[in-house]
This record gives sequence, C-alpha cells and structure tokens, in this order.
Amino acid sequence: MSVSKPLPHDAAELHVTGAARYVDDIPSPSGTLHLAFGLSPIARGHITGMHLHDAQHSPGVVAVLTARGLPFSNDVSPSIHDEPLLAAGTVNYVGQPVFLVVADSHRNARIAARKGKVDYAEEPALLTLDAALAADSRFEEGPRIYQKGDAAAAIDAAARTVEGSFELGGQEHFYLEGQAAMAWPQEDGGMHVFSSTQHPTEIQHKVADAIGLPMHAVRVETRRMGGGFGGKESQGNALAVACAVAARLTGKPCKMRYDRDDDMVITGKRHAFRISYRAGFDEDGQLQGVEFLHLADCGWAQDLSLPVADRAMLHADNAYLIPNIRIESHRLRTNLQSATAYRGFGGPQGMVGIERVMDHIAHDLGMDPAELRQRNYYAAPAEGGSAPPAPRSTSEKMKDNTTPYGMEVTDFELHGMTADLLRSSDYAGRKASIAEWNKGQPHLKRGIAFSPVKFGISFTLTHLNQAGALVHVYQDGSVHLNHGGTEMGQGLFQKVAQVAASRFGIPLEKVKITATDTAKVPNTSATAASSGSDLNGMAVKAACDTLRDRMAEHLAQQHQARTGDVVFENGMVRIGQDEMTFDQAAALCYQGRVSLSATGFYKTPKVEWDRIKGQGRPFYYFAYGTAVTEVAVDALTGENRILRCDILHDAGASLNPALDLGQIEGGYVQGAGWLTTEELVWDDAGRLRTHAPSTYKIPACSDRPDVFNVNLWDGQNREDSIYRSKAVGEPPFMLGISAWLALSDAVSAFGKAYPALNAPATAEEVWRAIRRVRDGV
Amino acid sequence: MALAFRLNGEDVLIEHADPSSTLLDWLRDAKGFTGTKEGCNEGDCGACTVMVTDSRGSKALNACILFLPQLNGKSVRTVEGAAGPDGSLHPAQQAMVDHHGSQCGFCTPGFIMSMVTAHTNGATDYDDQLAGNLCRCTGYAPIIRAAEAARDAPVPDWIIRDRPVDPGPQPLMPQSADELAALYAKHPDATLIAGATDVGLWVTKQLRHLPQMIFLDGCVDLKDIEVIDSTVRIDAMADMNALRTAMAPLHPSFAEMLRRFASQQVRAAATVGGNIANGSPIGDTPPALIALDATLHLRKGDNRRELPLKDFFLDYGKQDRGSGEFVEAVSFPRQPDTLKVYKLSKRFDQDISAVLGAFNVTVENGRITTARIAFGGMAAIPKRAANVEAALTGQPWSEATIQAAAAAFDQDFTPMSDMRASAEYRLETARNMLSRYFAEMNGAAVSVLEVKP
Repeated sequence: MSVSKPLPHDAAELHVTGAARYVDDIPSPSGTLHLAFGLSPIARGHITGMHLHDAQHSPGVVAVLTARGLPFSNDVSPSIHDEPLLAAGTVNYVGQPVFLVVADSHRNARIAARKGKVDYAEEPALLTLDAALAADSRFEEGPRIYQKGDAAAAIDAAARTVEGSFELGGQEHFYLEGQAAMAWPQEDGGMHVFSSTQHPTEIQHKVADAIGLPMHAVRVETRRMGGGFGGKESQGNALAVACAVAARLTGKPCKMRYDRDDDMVITGKRHAFRISYRAGFDEDGQLQGVEFLHLADCGWAQDLSLPVADRAMLHADNAYLIPNIRIESHRLRTNLQSATAYRGFGGPQGMVGIERVMDHIAHDLGMDPAELRQRNYYAAPAEGGSAPPAPRSTSEKMKDNTTPYGMEVTDFELHGMTADLLRSSDYAGRKASIAEWNKGQPHLKRGIAFSPVKFGISFTLTHLNQAGALVHVYQDGSVHLNHGGTEMGQGLFQKVAQVAASRFGIPLEKVKITATDTAKVPNTSATAASSGSDLNGMAVKAACDTLRDRMAEHLAQQHQARTGDVVFENGMVRIGQDEMTFDQAAALCYQGRVSLSATGFYKTPKVEWDRIKGQGRPFYYFAYGTAVTEVAVDALTGENRILRCDILHDAGASLNPALDLGQIEGGYVQGAGWLTTEELVWDDAGRLRTHAPSTYKIPACSDRPDVFNVNLWDGQNREDSIYRSKAVGEPPFMLGISAWLALSDAVSAFGKAYPALNAPATAEEVWRAIRRVRDGV
Repeated sequence: MALAFRLNGEDVLIEHADPSSTLLDWLRDAKGFTGTKEGCNEGDCGACTVMVTDSRGSKALNACILFLPQLNGKSVRTVEGAAGPDGSLHPAQQAMVDHHGSQCGFCTPGFIMSMVTAHTNGATDYDDQLAGNLCRCTGYAPIIRAAEAARDAPVPDWIIRDRPVDPGPQPLMPQSADELAALYAKHPDATLIAGATDVGLWVTKQLRHLPQMIFLDGCVDLKDIEVIDSTVRIDAMADMNALRTAMAPLHPSFAEMLRRFASQQVRAAATVGGNIANGSPIGDTPPALIALDATLHLRKGDNRRELPLKDFFLDYGKQDRGSGEFVEAVSFPRQPDTLKVYKLSKRFDQDISAVLGAFNVTVENGRITTARIAFGGMAAIPKRAANVEAALTGQPWSEATIQAAAAAFDQDFTPMSDMRASAEYRLETARNMLSRYFAEMNGAAVSVLEVKP
C-alpha cells in the first residue's frame, strides 16, 4: 500500500531540473502586460492630490489606475472589507498601494511606479503597542477574555509567584517565491487567473467582486507555490485582483509579481505580541493559577487577526493543566503592515507565553525545567498508550483534564514522548556536563532546554473544516486526481495521491496529480491550519471509495459474486476466484456504462466552538512534539548558536514519514529563526528597515544544529483521521521554542537574576540579557 | 555590444546586448529558461545561482546581479543544463531527490547549481559552499545530506566539457590594466564594473540607467595576488575567494573573516578593489587591511600614486580618488601574524557587519610596541581607533592595560543606531573585542563557533 511509504515529493525531479513551473514561469502570451503598485511613503494621512503624469508618460506605460478608476469593489480584505486594493482617501501604512501602473514590462512598470507623486496631509501614526493602547485603537470593541476558575485568587493564595512581561517580535514569511498572479481575460468577460495562493476560492471571490461578475465567471488555478507559510492565505488577493481589473480594462493578459523589497514592505507578517504574566505555584512547582495579558499588533487592517489572536489564547496552556487561568487579549490596530496568517497562526505566540512562565518558575524554584513541565502536564488517557498520568495532589485534579476553554484532553501523548526524548538525548547527563564546562569559561557558556508542543488541529472557524475532491478513472485505468488543497512544498499532493493509490490498490504512478482549480472543486477552504492532508485526504478517500464501490458492484454482477468479495490490491482486482488488472477492470466498467467520475466530500466531526464565550471543542485532536536544544553564547558580543537538537514528534501513523520529517526539520529551523536572528525593525516614521534578505536574516545553512536528531513518535491518531495520521505542517514550528529557552538557560549561567529574554534573541538581545543577569536586575 | 559565450554547452551570440541587462532577466525573458529563479534580485538568496566557467575555473555566481557582458567568452551552465543531454540527472540532482532536499522547490535550482559547482571543484565544505543559498522549507539538513551523498560521484562528462570560448575584442571591455587606464582616462564618467555585486543593485533595486559601463573582467593582469619576502600585493580585480585563499597561511583570522564575507557566489564575483573603492563604511576588507598597514595603489592614465589605505576614506561616500583614477592594487608589508579580525553580525554567514574590528598589536619584551586597530560599522568610514592605539602603545601587555585602553573607545567612535545594531551595542562590543583579542592572544577560546556539541 502506497500510504506510509517515505516517497519523495511528487515534483522532486521537476524541482531539481528547473522544470517545475511557478506562476511567473508560465509562458505568457505576447502582449502580456505587467503591473506594479505605487506605494505610500507615509504611515498615516489623507491623500490631497495625485500627480501621475510622469508615471503615465514613463516608457512602456499603458495605464495608471487609482481607486477612482476601479470599476466595482475596491476591496481585497479576507474579513471585513477594510482593505482597499488602492488607497481611497486615506493611507494607513508605509507601503500601502495607492496607484497601479500597467506597462509593457515588469521593469517599466516598476520604474513608472516611482514616478507618481502623491500629496498627503500627514497625521500622527500609531507605530507601537503603547501608542495604539493609549489611543484605544483596536479591532473588536474590547479585549477578549477566556478563563477557567479564579486565577487572581489562586495566584494570591499561592506559596510563590512570578511575574514579568516580554516582547515577542513578528516574522517575515520569506517564501522564496514572491507573491505573483496572472489573469487572462476570456471571450465572455470572465477571467482565468493563475495565482500563487493558498486560497484559490478566496482569490476567485475577490476577483469576481472586483470585475462585477458571479464567481462562476472566474476560474483560479494554482499548481504550486514556492513556499507559503500562511503568507499566501490572504496576501495574494491584491495581485490577482489588480491583474483581473487591468486585464478587464486592457483586454490583455496581465501579470504581477512583487519585487522582494516591495513584497516585504507591502505584505503582512506574523503578529508581534507583548505578553505579560503572573503565575502562582506551590513549592513543588505545581501551578495554581496563571494570568496572561496578550497585546497583539495587528497592523492597520483586520485581515485574519481575530482568529490569530484567538488561537494564541487557545495555546496559552500549551501542555499544562492549569486549574485557574485568565487570558486577556487585546487586538491593537497600528499603522504598520496588516499582520496576517503565519505558520502556527498565533499558536506559537501563546505557547511562548506559557513556556516563558515555566522557565521563570523553574529558575525561581531552582528546579529542573523539564521536571517542572512534566509535573504540570495534562493527564494521559486512561486506556493503553503512553505512561500513566503524573500524580496529582488533589482528587479534584484527578477528575479535571480540561483546557482553559473547556475541552477535555483525551489524547495526551507527552508523558511517554518526554520520557523517551529525555532519555535518547541524554538530557540529564548533558545538563550536568554543561554545568561543569561552564564553570571553566569566563566568556562562553552553554545552555540546554526541553520544550513540549501540544497544538490544536482544526480551523477554529468551524465551517472551514470541509473539503472536496474530484476523481476520474479513465478507461485505461489511469486516475486523475483533484482536490481543494494547494501545494506549497509540504508534499500534500503526494500524500493525497498516496491515499488515492491505496484506495484503488494501484501503483502511485497511475495517479495523476493536477493543479488546484476552482472549476474542478468549488468552495474550498484555504490550505492552512495544518489541515491539508486531513481534510483533502478524507475527501479524496470518499471519492475513491465511491468509484471503487461502483466498480465493485458492476464487476460483482458480471461475475455473479458479491460486491464485498471484490478486492482492489497490488494493481489487480480480484473477484472471487477471478482476477484482472485494474486497467482491465476500468475498461470493463466503462463498457458496462459505469460512471467513473466522482466527487468526494468531508467535514470534520465533533468540532463546535463559541469564540466569544471561549468555550467548546475547537479542535478535533491535538498533535504533539518534544525537543531538546543545546546552545552556546558569548558574553562579550552576545553571539550565539545552536549546537544540537533532538526531536521526537507525533505525526500519528504517518502518511509519508519522509515528508513528515521534512516538515519537522524545516519547521524547527524556521521556529528557531523567529526567536533568534529574524528581527523586523521599523524606524520612527513607520518605515520597515529590514525589507530584503540583506537586512532580514532567516537561518542560513550553517545555522541548523550541528547535530540534528529527528524521530517520529510511534503512535497513531486516537481520532478517526485519514489512516490515523496527524497534521504536521504547523506543530513542529513550535519546537523552535526550545532554542530560545536554551539561550535563557545559557544566559542564566552568568549570574543569579532571571534572564528575562525578549524575542527575537538576537546577539544584541542576548548581550543585554547577560548584562542584566550579571548586574542582578 | 555583441557578446559571445556558451550556454549549457551551446554557443550563444548576442548581436546587440544591452550592457546593463542581467543574465537572469535575459535567461528568463529572452531565452525562456525559467528554471533559474528570482528570489531577491540582490544576490542574497542564491535562487538564481548559475555556474560560470572560464580559464581560471568554475564559479557559482548570482545571475540576478551579473551583467551580460561579464559573461563574454565564458561558459554558463544553468539548472536546465545540469542534467545530461540524454536527461540523466547530475549526481547532485539525484541525491536531492533521494534525500528529500526539495520541498517547495523554488530555491532548489540555485542549490543544485551551487552543489554542481562545488562538486565540479571537489569542494566539500558544504556549509560555506551553500551559505549563499537560502531555503525556507527544509532547514537545510536534507540538502547537506544530499551534497554528502553526491560527493564521491565522478564529475559527469557534460560538465567536464565546459570550456570558455574565444571572444573577440570588444569596446568598453579592456583586456589589460594599460587598456583600462587609457579607456577610463578617456571616459572618466563611465561606471567601472568589476564583480557588480554592488553596482548590480543600482540597476535592479534603484532602477538606475547606467549610460556608460566599462567591464574590467578581461584585465587578467589585475587579478594576481603576489606574496614576496617583504610585501603582499593584491591586485584590484582579485576576488574575495582568491584573497581568502591567499590570506589563509599568512593571516588565518583574516581568512576566517573572509569565509563569512557575504557568500560563495558573492565572494566569487566581488573584488578587493571594489570593496575598497566603493568606500562603504561597512566594507569588511578595509579595516583588516588598515590594521595590516596597507598601502593603496591608484592609477590615472599612466600616472600612479600611493597612499596609506586609511587616508583614502575621507568621509561618508567620499574617497580620495580623482576623476578617471582607479584602484590598481593594495599592498601591505609581510609581518608576523598578530592580526585578529572580528566580524559581528546578526547571522554568522552572509550578513553585513554590525561591527567589524581588526586588531594588530605587536608586543616586545612584554610591552606593546605598535597597535593598529581599525573598525568598520563604527563611523562614516572604515576608521582607525587612534586613541585606543595611543592608550596601548608603550604600555605593558596586561589585563590592566586593556582595561585602561577601553575608555578610549569613547573618544574614537560615536557609532549610530540602525536596523543592524544600536549605537550602545556597537560601542560596547567594539570595546569588548579588545578584551577578546587579549584573551585570544593568550590562548583562550573566544568564539561560539569553536564550541562543538
């Protein structure tokens, strides 16, 4: 069976030969026009005049559009229509598109875009969380609050407390392929759009609105993206809409791709947070109560900020049973890029909050942080599985195993995983030898840290948890597969093809993977929330099973056998004693006038969620992970690096262990990058100063751990997911938190005070923390 | 201008080339070779990496900041030509498939070409060979596994066959220092193109039009590095990888800094002369060369002059270079190696320095006889720490002297805050680098890069 095999990415050979086509590689018809935006140079103000003559008369320019020239909807927002394609009257951040140049080449469009001059009446911009809070500039009427028990009373009554506050920076996606789209006008005014998007249906919807036609007039195709990471969930809307509007106007195919600097200046990033906390616990480290205050920098437009900030709250417990907890979340509106989806979707921010608390408590108690974490874990499921639940002090706790939002944790794998990883990584032994080594070093120190991940799987907006598929079996036995998920490198297409091949019992080569296409499968959700293979795998399974049943019924009739006796296996179909190839079976079914095309549909069961009350079951299940990271730091400069990382991760019964290991390794490095070298810097005027890889530093080759041991937990999903696998896109990202905690451990070797690291822990931040620790403040 | 080169084994003749066209745009737009990707258009991501071969060997270069005339007479191999004519994959390609080295695949062609070049050259220091290729998906581990797996496979014959072609003479492409001197004297407003790792961005990012460009690559007599008994002389067109090789036995700390200077692709293009003449306050070679007491050799027509390198940098963006005058070489005296160069940046590899400190202190009989200390990133120009040097000179080589001299940094530097570092951090770490120098000269481990798991 094809499922569970470590097969390479379906396009691996196309990748290595350069044959894999991305949007900008699609051969464009002659006469194709190219687009570029003219951008706001100020963070906030009113447009008082536009002088676009020079842009209009720049070489190669065909047209220059402003908000007034747009025929229909001027809106590219994925949520509340607060994000115009082109600024209408006001601008709200440096980099906001104000006008659109249509020209005969990419370069000519860019040159012309810089020639447009716009007058502004500037207004004071809100560029910090403090400024936004002071101005009460926010989304939603006030903070969201989720709580369980009485956190304040529990903390006040606790034997010990810690409190603190820290900054947690945002993150640029830095997908290697920048945003890109192309629109071909059709004979009837419809539009065929190629878009580098995680969400073709939304592109279809926004384009339809922008050209004043129903969704049926717009077809969106996405074969692959050069990376997405959430950055192509909503941020591609502007390019596709601009292309469609310009194509409608000119009658020519239009193409748009952002230059890297434009991409970084225009598009949204991960939400930066400030997290304040107060925690009460007993002398054994048992948590009694925790309070969190989340201040989320949402930027200027709402985009997906509400569910992002919600998910941060939903991960404020991470792996820990906290009897009393209160999480207050403010979604602040600033004059910066509109923060958007990014791998983990707020989960990482919430999780860093509680891991920071655990780190602080361990430091306060002088207790081993891994031990402290295990003591506070949720209980393991009673039947079978991993280690028995950790002993609890009261009978009340024995009963309660619910999250702060009232969801029972029934699949907790971390007791066994933690024990395994701490053993295999020799955590205790290395911790002792590091302490010894540190004694002999005046300037260099090493640190080690363990951290767990418990990540909730499902869209919190319940209706998004649906997927469709379309499968054809041709009369020669070849299979054409289509579904609503998009391929951005994660290997979704291969996993889903493995499912299809397994259902039909045929070799993978017989299954043709095709581009995501809104004309084939409608009304799809974004490929996001790690849901791709869970949802689309199930939908494809349903379609395949429908076809298989039809074939089986026909073949059984022909052979006077029962339908249940027809077996699809090893490329063959067995009907009782008779056997034929799948190809022969397909031909027979065709001749027997059996419909060999079927759709499949899936909706996730059991989920229900009230985001205002903060109660319900937002997640179908949890995915788990564990990591131990060792680092070294230098007190003279704060320079630091990762020496070793050991990971044990839960992908359930993996659909493809090779692809899953790839997600885990890559997720860890990206997560560690977020918390170390990846620093976004804006100046006092709200201009992003880190708008290219020369200034924004994602991990490079040598930044991966020298020793990098990654293993899959040998388990299976306790819920009925596709082949009992688990989602793996986002969860491993948060294993990178262990790198940040290891830095905290190394810094703490320089003195008695708690390091209180901010993130990202750049060399400068580590240097400052060491100075704080040494000065004892 | 007319250009001739070889592309994936086939001769290419471009009759009317726009000299400011980049190879990347030409490949994608004119040739329809879309395997080579644009990731950043500034030479920082490596998605556009191609292999360029000439009589000096094969280099991985960033096609996005490589002007077409720089290829005249060379052999270019893109990802479309990595596999053999019969479609058989290059060992690096096969290994990348086998070891799951691609996910989204967009950076992959660039990685493949860096790997093909390293494989062709027999280079196995993969972290350095691939430091100029960014991948956001894999975390690099499977890519390194692939590179190692392909290491011992023979170089495929279609790669071995890459040979340069003989280009005809070209206007604005001098073939010697003398020709350049004459040409530049005649066209003093022309832009000199050496490696184009900076000027390339004028075109791709600032969208500037360069009316006249003189391409220096043909000046083979400007590419040598000569080490004799008394002097080291580095010609202006020596590239950073050549400099790194030359410095390794003489001043290994300088060579180690050059290992981290930009990336393999940029070092293969960037020249010592360009790094100096460009006048950037954050160019990494000037502080090291100043600490080595380097002399700059300038030429205009047939007139040559020399000046201490430190005096070349007058103010931000302003150097002591006349119209039509160019850097011919830089030289420094042979000396016992007491040079340490410390590069401080957000990321170790391929990052611009926040602070670069170069320390060269001579101690005789326990006393400091000379101190040459220079910094990048601390002022508007690469600048000597004159007060620190004075505080050290003549003093005993001791912790107390170092402590006492540390205060003098305040007199020498008033650094600025920017996206790379705050002023305070710059000043304090510059001070700490002196402590690091003292510790290192006394045999202590001072870098986290030396710490092994």
